Formats: sequence, structure tokens, C-alpha cells
Amino acid sequence: MSSAEVAIEPRIHYLNVDYGIKSWLLTTDHKRIAWLYLMAITFFFTIGGVAATLMRLNLLEPQGLLLEPETYNKLFSIHGIIMVFFFLVPSIPAVLGNFLLPMMLGARDVAFPRLNLLSWYIFMTGGSLMVYAVVAGGVDTGWTFYTPLSSLYLNTHVMAAAGGVFIAGFSSILTGLNFVVTIHKMRAPGLTWFRLPLFVWSMYAASIIFIIGTPVVAISLALMGIERFFHVGIFDPALGGDPVLFQHLFWFYSHPAVYVMILPSMGVISELIPTFSKKKIFGYHFVAFSSIAIAAIGFLVWGHHMFVSGQSVYAGLVFSALSMAVAIPSAIKVFNWTATLYKGSISYEAPMLYALGFIGLFTIGGLTGLYLASMGLDQHVHDTYFVIAHFHYIMVGGAVMGYLGGIHYWWPKMTGRLYPDGWARVAAIIIFVGFNLTFFPQFILGYLGMPRRYAVYPAEFHTLNVVSTAGASILGLGYIIPLIYLAWSARYGPIAGPNPWKSTGLEWTTSSPPITHNFEETPVVTEEPYGYDRLAEGIPVA
Amino acid sequence: MGMIASRREYQLHNTQTAVYEQFDDRTQQHEASSLGMWIFLATEIMFFGAVFTSYTVYRNLYTTAFEIGSHHLNTPIGAINTAVLICSSLTMALAVHAAQTGKRKQLMAYLVSTMLLGCVFLFIKFVLEWIHDYKEGFAPGLHWTYAGPHTNQVAMFFCFYFILTGIHATHMIVGEGIMVVLLYMAWKGRFSAERYNPIEMFGLYWHFVDIIWIFLFPLLYLLGAHF
Ligand code: HEM
Ligand SMILES: [Cu+2]
Repeated sequence: MSSAEVAIEPRIHYLNVDYGIKSWLLTTDHKRIAWLYLMAITFFFTIGGVAATLMRLNLLEPQGLLLEPETYNKLFSIHGIIMVFFFLVPSIPAVLGNFLLPMMLGARDVAFPRLNLLSWYIFMTGGSLMVYAVVAGGVDTGWTFYTPLSSLYLNTHVMAAAGGVFIAGFSSILTGLNFVVTIHKMRAPGLTWFRLPLFVWSMYAASIIFIIGTPVVAISLALMGIERFFHVGIFDPALGGDPVLFQHLFWFYSHPAVYVMILPSMGVISELIPTFSKKKIFGYHFVAFSSIAIAAIGFLVWGHHMFVSGQSVYAGLVFSALSMAVAIPSAIKVFNWTATLYKGSISYEAPMLYALGFIGLFTIGGLTGLYLASMGLDQHVHDTYFVIAHFHYIMVGGAVMGYLGGIHYWWPKMTGRLYPDGWARVAAIIIFVGFNLTFFPQFILGYLGMPRRYAVYPAEFHTLNVVSTAGASILGLGYIIPLIYLAWSARYGPIAGPNPWKSTGLEWTTSSPPITHNFEETPVVTEEPYGYDRLAEGIPVA
Repeated sequence: MGMIASRREYQLHNTQTAVYEQFDDRTQQHEASSLGMWIFLATEIMFFGAVFTSYTVYRNLYTTAFEIGSHHLNTPIGAINTAVLICSSLTMALAVHAAQTGKRKQLMAYLVSTMLLGCVFLFIKFVLEWIHDYKEGFAPGLHWTYAGPHTNQVAMFFCFYFILTGIHATHMIVGEGIMVVLLYMAWKGRFSAERYNPIEMFGLYWHFVDIIWIFLFPLLYLLGAHF
């Protein structure tokens, strides 16, 4: 077969080289593994979403509409655990990262493809254990598994749930390891560090957190399990243990983990903004280094979760100051995105709508984070709905918006097909509106003193709660619409062509969907990324 | 050059030289697996690090109790075991060297010695120490009969003792398993002076497990010891 034929009719691609369940379950192709993750986390997102819906319904009435307090506790625990460990943490790295990283590096695959597949199986094992815990009766520890509540007092399925998180952690570790090695060792000729797309930088930063942080949370959960299983004292104060130590260990991972949730999303945004404003990103180096800075400083601020735990005032002061310092690299990113938008020729495609939504919501979430990082204010709003609103603005407003934006942006590459643009824009707007309606009232509720994790509340909070629940219905609708048209598009959507958005990234130089080993010939990189100014001069991209 | 054709050639070329498809050449493959192994060891350090940290915190809080606990461990046996482990590190290093120079017989011999030394370590740990500790009533949560001062805190010391040595022993058992596979591969002649990567990587792992013990021994056995 000659190369010309292949080039004109490249109709053997990664999706159709093999058929059948087995070819998927035993695949080592990073692009197929991305799909495996996509299926899995969509499933987990649905469970988490159903739990959220039930909670919001319950809060429609001050006395609680339909749930026993105990059931409510289980629901918010399940919701939190699943959303954090089985949706947010793996979402962008495992789906988009897996799909894109090798292509963005001009590589044929990740460094360890079989390890990559193993990671998915580990993830599914952890996930199954978690689902078992839910079905068998649930947990009511909250997603933080605080001891001694989790280790001594509860007779629910803490072990299964914590075990699920423990196991899933190894999948994160292996993914992080695979990515770091891939980024270091598999770059195409000419692809220097400062020619890497910013998404790759964000994956690198997130991987570092996976590698350093995840083992710590894994072992803390294991210690908690040992305490529970053998009734020995490690964190139990009655036996001389220190429950605050558990909190230290837990947050040593879990604060950086919130950056695992947001950094990849920032990486996506850094790809979307230049593409849809047809401009080179402003301050490439700053954006790249700020990812690393966020990952690094992120490890020093865990104590801001413990201002009221009885840690010393001095520790509190230091953690407070360091926490504010993380805001600097985050702000750098926001400034650079805005500067990129400035005087760009912006087009409002669906991915761009998500990106703009991200900037708005992340800014609100970030600024309220500064409130919480200042010790005095935190004393007032600690464990109220203010906190709930803050982290939903970051994690849902930020991370999920970035995730959806990324899915919409790279969908043509993943499937070779386009989706209905009108619907996509409408959905993006519905999500934005629904989101704000759901969570903005919660800032006010929290400020007024409504505590989190209660199934009932004083009647004075009724109106705002009704608004929030109404918003949640709109938001839920917004999440369902893309599910429908994307599923439709995967089969019937119009053919996309290799580069529908006229982007400059390496991944757009190969066919859509790509062949199994991504490129016909290993690309050689000679330029910095985001050369949209070249585009303006009329030089065509592939 | 036609692409498909060249890809076939390329794969053929690689099966002959035992380079996986995703890599360009053996150097890249070698560098990738070394880096991977080092990162894995970094995660291991964080893993142990969390327990070491907790241990240190409580050791500072309950110094006397931890010293009492430490006194009930059998330091001479621990010392012997330390020596055994250091010897196994030596034979492992020799195994790596034999692999690099393509000496199959030697490689197998050194692997077997490493495995045996590992087994000796595990035997001493299980039979002479753990079972003994258990019978003496030093197993918190299972069989605890110690009734001296600071009983809760001494129990905590033994908790950490079992957790730390337990995780360490688990690593050794995993290592033994991998060595069985490596030995089989060596026997089948899968290694050569060109292809010894797995042995080298495993060597790193084994040394790491030894180093962990080198920290555990003084921390658990020697603290507050009076000579
Ligand atoms: C779809 C709309 C959503 C609604 C209506 C919603 C609602 C809620 C509610 C009512 C709570 C419990 C408040 C309490 O403490 O009593 C909660 C907690 C939480 N949510 Fe959501 N949520 C939504 C989406 C998400 C998403 C997408 C994520 C992450 C991806 C997420 C992560 C969390 C976490 C981590 C908690 C804390 C759980 C805990 O306190 O242990 N939520 N959410
Ligand atoms: Cu935090």
C-alpha cells in the first residue's frame, strides 16, 4: 500500500482497528483507555448527581422534605466521596490527559501502556468497592473520614468506602508516574520544555501532586482502617491518640488534591482561550511556571482546613499567610487569560463559552477562598454553606466547566465528528445560569449562619434554599443535554476533519480520529506553541 | 517510503531488539523505565513517610512509654536480621553486575542467594519475633496482656511496630515473588549484556526495601537502649 492512498483514505483509525468488547477491555492504546475512563466517570458522576438531587429536594422544606437525617448524612457522604475521588480527581487527567498527552508530545503512546490499562482496572476495583459500600448501606463520615468518628463510632461501611478510595489512589499514583515519565522521555524531536502546550504543563504539575500526595492519604486511610479493625489507638484520644494528626495527614493530600481538580482544568482553559481568540497566549512562561508554583505551594497550606481544630495560633497564622500566597499564581493565570482575550478576534463557540464561564466562576471561588484563608473570617463561616458555595464554585464552577469545555473542544478529535453547535451553546449557558442560581444563594446562607451537613434548618433560610434547589434543577438539565447530543454526535454527527477549530497544537495535525499510533510519521517541532499570529499572516496549518 | 510498510519494518525491528512499540530505541526505553522506577520509589518514601511522621510525633509525646516498648523487642535478633538484609543487598548488587556482563549462571546463583537471604529474614521476623511477641501478649487488639505503666501508650508503640515492620515485610514478600519471575526469565535466557533492564530496576527496589529497614531498626529497636 502506498502512502498516498493512506493519506487520502485514512479510514483505519483507533476506533475501528479492532472490534468487540475484548479489544476494548484489553487495549493498551491510550486513546481507548481514555474512553474507558470517560464511561466510568460519567457513571460515577451520575450517582453523585442523583445524591445531590435528593439532598437538594430534601432541603426544599425547613423540616426536610423526604429524608431521615441519617439518610441525609449518608447521601452527602456518598456525594462528596464519589464526586471527589471518583469524578473530579480522575476526570481531566484520566480522560483528556490520557487521550491528548502522547499526541501533544508527538509520541506513539504513553511510556507504559500496560501500566496505563492496569490503572484503569485498579480504578474500577476501587470504584466497585465504593459502589458496594453505597448499596450495602452507605457511610456517613463525610468525604473526609475524620477519626475517631470513622474509626470507632460508626457501624456502617466505612471500611469498604475507605478501601475503595485507598485502591483508587493507586490508580492516580500510576497515572501520575506514567505521565511524568512520558513528558520527560517521549517528546518529539524539537519539542523543548518551553514549546510544550500549557495543558501538558498542567498535567505535569497535577502528576507531581498525584505522586507525592496520594501515598499519604492512602496510608492515613490504612491507619484509620487498622485502628477500626483491631481497636487499637492511633488517632483515638481515649487511648492517647491524636485525631488532629489524622486531619494533618488527610489534608496534606486533600488540599493539594483540590489543585489536582483545578490545575488540569486551568490547562484546558489555557488551550481554549488562545484558540478561540486567535492569539498567542499572553505570558506563556508565567502560565507554565504558575502551574508548578501552585502544585508546590499547595503542599504547604493544608492547615487552613484546621483553623478551628485546636492547632496552635502560630500554626494557624503561618497556614493563613501561605494560603494567601497560593492566590498569587492563580491570579497570574487569570490575568494572562484576560490579557490574551484583550483585542483578540474572539469567537463564541461552545468550548469558549465554557472557558469564559470558567474564568468568571473560578474568580468568584478564588476570591472567597481568600476569605476562608484568613483565620478570623473562617472562624465565622467555618462549616457553613459559605464553604459549600466556595468549593462548589471552584470544583464545579471551575473544574467541571473546564472538563466540559475540554470535552467539547477535543470531541471532534476523539470521535471524528461534530456536535450540534446551537445545542452545545444553549447547554453551556443553561449550566452557567443554573450553577449561579444554585450556589450563589449558598454564600448568603452561609454568611447568615446556616451550617452545612444538616438535613433540617431554621425557617428563616427557606426562601434562599428554594432558590438554590430551583437552580439545581436547571443545572441538572444543563448536564443532561450534552449527554444526549454528544451520544448522538458520536454516531451521526457530521464529519469533522482533522482541524475544525483551526488550532495550532500537534494533536490537530493528525487525522480525526487518529490512527492507533497517532502520527503517520513522528513530527518534528520547530516552533513555539500557539502560533496564531502566523495564522493571521495566512500560513495554513494542517 | 510508504508509512504502513515502514511501521511494519519498524515493529519487526523492535521485536528483534526487544524494544516496546512506543519507544524509538533501547536508550529511550531504558531511561524511561529508570525514571519510572525512581518515581515509584519516591511514592514509596511518601508512603512510609506518613507512618514515620506519625511515629515520631507520638514518640515525642510519649517518650518513656515508647522506650519501655522498645525494651521488649529483641535487639540482638533484630541486629542479626539487619546483617542478613545487608548481605542480601550485596548479593543483589552482584546479580545486577552479573546481568550487565551477561553471565547467566552467576546471575541465577546470585538471585537465588538473594531470595534465600530474604527468606531467612522473613523467617526470623515471623517466627522468632512476631509469633514470640504475640505469645508474650504484645499484640494490641489481638492479644494484649502487658499490664505495666503507660499501657495505652506502650500499645501504641507496638501498633507502630507491627504496622511498620508489617508493611516492610509485605514489600519483601512482593520482592520474593518478583524474583521468582526474574529467576525463571533468567533461566529461559531472556537476559543478556544488552537486555538486563528488569534486573537493574528490581535491584533498585530491593535496595530501597533494605534502606527502609536500616531506618526501622534504630527507630524501633535501639531507641533508649542501654548498653
Ligand atoms: C450538580 C449540582 C450539585 C448540587 C446541587 C450539590 C449539592 C450539594 C449539597 C447539598 C452538599 C451537602 C451540603 C451539606 O454539607 O449539607 C454537597 C456537598 C458536596 N459536594 Fe456537591 N452538589 C453538586 C455538584 C457537585 C459536584 C459536581 C461536585 C464535585 C465534582 C460536588 C462536590 C461536593 C463535595 C466534595 C461536598 C462535600 C461533602 C461533605 O461535606 O462531605 N458537588 N453538594
Ligand atoms: Cu485547602
